[in-house]
Amino acid sequence: MVESSVLQAAATQIRSDILTMAHRAGTAGAHLGGSLSLVEIMTVLYLDTMRYRIDEPDWPDRDRLILSKGHGAMAMYAAMKQAGILTNDHLKHYKQKNSPLTAHPSINLEIGVEVATGSLGQGLSYAAGACLALKKKGNLQSRYFVVLGDGECNEGQIWEAAASASHYALDNLIAVVDKNQLQYDGKTDEVLSMGDLAKKWLSFGWETRTVDGHNVEALAHALNSSNKRPLVVIAETVKGKGVSFMENKPKWHNAVLSDELYAQAQKEQVSRYATI
Amino acid sequence: MLQYKPSSFRMWSRLGPSGALNAAAMELPAIDERVVFVTADLCFFSGLERFAQKYPDKIFNVGIAEQNLIGFASGMYAEGLRPFVTTYATFASLRAAEQIKVNMAYMQRGVKVIGLTAGFAAGILGATHMALEDIAAIRAMPGIIVVDPADCTEMVKAITAAAFIEAPMYIRFTGPINCPQVYSEDYFFEIGKAIRLRMGTDVEIVACGSMVYRAIRAAELLEQRGISCGVTNMHTVNPLDTAYLDALKSPIVTVEEHCIRGGLGAAVCEYLSATGDKSVLRIGVDGVYPHAGNYEDLLEESGLTENQIAERIERELTRRKL
Repeated sequence: MVESSVLQAAATQIRSDILTMAHRAGTAGAHLGGSLSLVEIMTVLYLDTMRYRIDEPDWPDRDRLILSKGHGAMAMYAAMKQAGILTNDHLKHYKQKNSPLTAHPSINLEIGVEVATGSLGQGLSYAAGACLALKKKGNLQSRYFVVLGDGECNEGQIWEAAASASHYALDNLIAVVDKNQLQYDGKTDEVLSMGDLAKKWLSFGWETRTVDGHNVEALAHALNSSNKRPLVVIAETVKGKGVSFMENKPKWHNAVLSDELYAQAQKEQVSRYATI
Repeated sequence: MLQYKPSSFRMWSRLGPSGALNAAAMELPAIDERVVFVTADLCFFSGLERFAQKYPDKIFNVGIAEQNLIGFASGMYAEGLRPFVTTYATFASLRAAEQIKVNMAYMQRGVKVIGLTAGFAAGILGATHMALEDIAAIRAMPGIIVVDPADCTEMVKAITAAAFIEAPMYIRFTGPINCPQVYSEDYFFEIGKAIRLRMGTDVEIVACGSMVYRAIRAAELLEQRGISCGVTNMHTVNPLDTAYLDALKSPIVTVEEHCIRGGLGAAVCEYLSATGDKSVLRIGVDGVYPHAGNYEDLLEESGLTENQIAERIERELTRRKL
């Protein structure tokens, strides 16, 4: 595993980049809450867990990532910058006309975006079929990582896919649920109580690991230890994590970041960076 | 090897759409070893038993889960397999419409969807099992080929042709077991190219799917009444053979086992509204879900028997001076 202080520093930079992207998006607003909850997950995936080649985006043996909760795109883009796949210039043009960095990821293998997402609930099905095909063609190296939201788990298709992945024993499929406990209309338990998510996945035949989704070491351990069945890592997170006035506030799901609040949010990142 | 000969055509017709699918499926691995079938608990209903026995490692079931079916097959395509998926046409096209949109239309994953019992073939099971809007739904999405074969022989040809095409496709199967034969001799089939089956000068029926056979019968009835009626098999609804439409001289009557909104007739009208001065009459299911019933009764209730088609054309020719 990459040293945790290195990952923590990267995560702080990713948070800062997310804030900058959101601020530059201006009055169009940006999906801040669900991007900030994803930061450590994306950090560990891109900087530690996944195998890929920046100069060969279609390397057959690469690991593939599907950000099924597509609205968390800013976290993915910022992590891709930390990984050296994207540049600051890419981030600067986030959401601008003709930019490859769209509000929800658009398919673009050149920069390693394997699948277009945004319509919730679809990523896991695609990954399950793909994982079965990988096995059929004898590619036992590549894995699919699918990042889901806990609100997204309302979608019935998630459970259709979960059953099929288990049925076909797809141990090359790894899902991460960003369990930030908030969705558009409020707390997940109040909007639609899903009960014990980990037990649900377990009962669908998945190996289940629940971790603190902001602890890079715990995430890396959960993601990097081998699995015999499809694996889901339930990452317990905080929506809006790392920005005091956004944490656990539904209104920051998709919101406009003013100059003043932007400055305040960035200041918090600077002081966190100093503690690492 | 598939034998394109009259006795095969008769046999496929007798076995119906699932028999035709089975015959074509058995050939596909030889055409492209990457071909697999994926089904939503309809392996046997699709006629894929023999395929499953011969190629147990090339057929996958996802259970009764059509949304997953499309996403799953699209992922398979992305990793190099060439999936054909089968389920009821209505579930494929409508329940999984958005999965088809995102995966097959937007991302151009070249999955081949076979919609079983399109139109009224399963109409005895009620409106839930009728697919009368599937062409409309799929045709609205860019970049998906839509084929509605005229008979079981054409189903075999369409499935076989699909194995040579990278683009996503939706193939709808209309007609019952003992599917009437349009073709008794071998012929040339090409996706996107309409086929003239009968010459006529007063009016041209442009039909797809099961209605091609009815159109031929209707044209024969009209001939007895002194109306010269041509018949065209427009098996590919998307992309439409517009060059063919341009060359037609007579007024056009479209006939389809589908609602008149968004189907073949609508596609023809959309095209001609911008270019043509031809008059078009659309015949199809119009604004109702018929009560559950057997196939012939449902055709009759919808005005789609050969007699009704002929009468309607005769009436409209007089009234509207088509």
